[in-house]
Amino acid sequence: MALEAKNISFRYGRRQPWILEGRSITIDRGQRLAVFAPSGFGKTTLAMLLAGYLEPVRGEVLLDGKQLPRKGICPVQLIFQHPEKAVNPRWKLKKVLEESGSLREEVLDAFGMEQAWLERFPRELSGGELQRFCVARALMSGADYLICDEISTMLDGITQAQIWKVIFKEAEKRNMGILTVTHNRYLAERTATGIIDLTI
Amino acid sequence: MKRINRRSRMMLFTVLMAVMLAAVYSSGILISEDMVTGSFLNAKLPPCPAHPFGTDALGRDLFFRTLKGLSVSITVGLAASAVSAVIAVLAGAAAAIGSKRVDAVISWLIDLVMGIPHTILIILISFALGRGLKGLIAGIAATHWCSLARLVRGEVLQLRSERYVAISRKLGKSGGFILMHHMLPHLAPQFLVGLILMFPHAILHEASISFLGFGLPPEQPAIGIILSESMRCLSAGMWWSAVLPGLTLVLLVLMIDRLGEQLRRILDPYSAQE
Repeated sequence: MALEAKNISFRYGRRQPWILEGRSITIDRGQRLAVFAPSGFGKTTLAMLLAGYLEPVRGEVLLDGKQLPRKGICPVQLIFQHPEKAVNPRWKLKKVLEESGSLREEVLDAFGMEQAWLERFPRELSGGELQRFCVARALMSGADYLICDEISTMLDGITQAQIWKVIFKEAEKRNMGILTVTHNRYLAERTATGIIDLTI
Repeated sequence: MKRINRRSRMMLFTVLMAVMLAAVYSSGILISEDMVTGSFLNAKLPPCPAHPFGTDALGRDLFFRTLKGLSVSITVGLAASAVSAVIAVLAGAAAAIGSKRVDAVISWLIDLVMGIPHTILIILISFALGRGLKGLIAGIAATHWCSLARLVRGEVLQLRSERYVAISRKLGKSGGFILMHHMLPHLAPQFLVGLILMFPHAILHEASISFLGFGLPPEQPAIGIILSESMRCLSAGMWWSAVLPGLTLVLLVLMIDRLGEQLRRILDPYSAQE
């Protein structure tokens, strides 16, 4: 039971340089890993490859030995760095939660969301408030693996701690595998049991 | 006095326009044939209280003829621009969603239709379909969808690459759901504004083609017919037979154009808060 990337290589075009070359990563259920690297080392690309948003040029991404499913709710969910791009600006936030079937009282309570936010449009919330919706949507969709691409970079310390606490509690309960992408070494050390350094 | 904001002004404008259009349209239907059949006793009368727009060379009341003509114009305009807008959305969406080849064919078609002067194409289509109302509507509908289709194509292409659409797919949503809930709400304003801004074009084209004699039959009281008839009497000093119906047409077209422009500015996020 693992999400594995086998010798994956990726570049954004035939004439572009390789961003990832022959990289292999394995995340087991219940494991917490962190990917650490400075800007431009392909952290986000790796996250998108693992969640199936991009196809590797060479190599393959396997979930329990099989390709990622193309239909239905993907068991590998990715949370993006910028929440304002990840929600439809014409949708009220209630609908954002409904889309993944996570509009439940306990979800709202866990993330400290207020009822009034549900009737608002995305631009009427701050980045931190919006990111809670994106995390809740991915976390509560029933995924087995969660990939967090610098999800707490723009949040203040208290909010960061609050969100990570909810994620870990849920991950423990459902035995989820978590990959944290960050360029903050301290966050990597706090959130993960193992660190993958892309610079090596 | 407190300035009313654009939204309320717009609402006022819309209601006013709707009432005007309905009035013109219904009066066009209510005006019976006798009211536009004249007698030679009062031919060539200048504007007077009994005949606000005067009468033409056959003694027909020009005011009622103009109203009846406008109601025909509104019918043609509405039908043609509605058909055109639907074609535009379908073609634009197909070009954006379909394969590269579909896109190439539709884009080529858009360039082709845009490259030929509208008037000539409408004359050809209308003539081929036996003139009259049907030919005219088909002609106008077939020529006015291009720019809106191009806009819709660009819009859908951009929406397809949005991150929230990719996420929606990963959350197990079908293509139909994404089309209905993510794409259509973005396209609705484009569709509405495109429809309203197409309306005055359609009316003007109807008038000009009828004026040239390729559109509506001469016995029908259309604005284009009235204007082309008045050409024969203009040199006899009957200025009112061309000026007053012409002005009414310009007024109607301007009003609809303003309505569309206001609507566009409200729906466009860049100017909505002005």
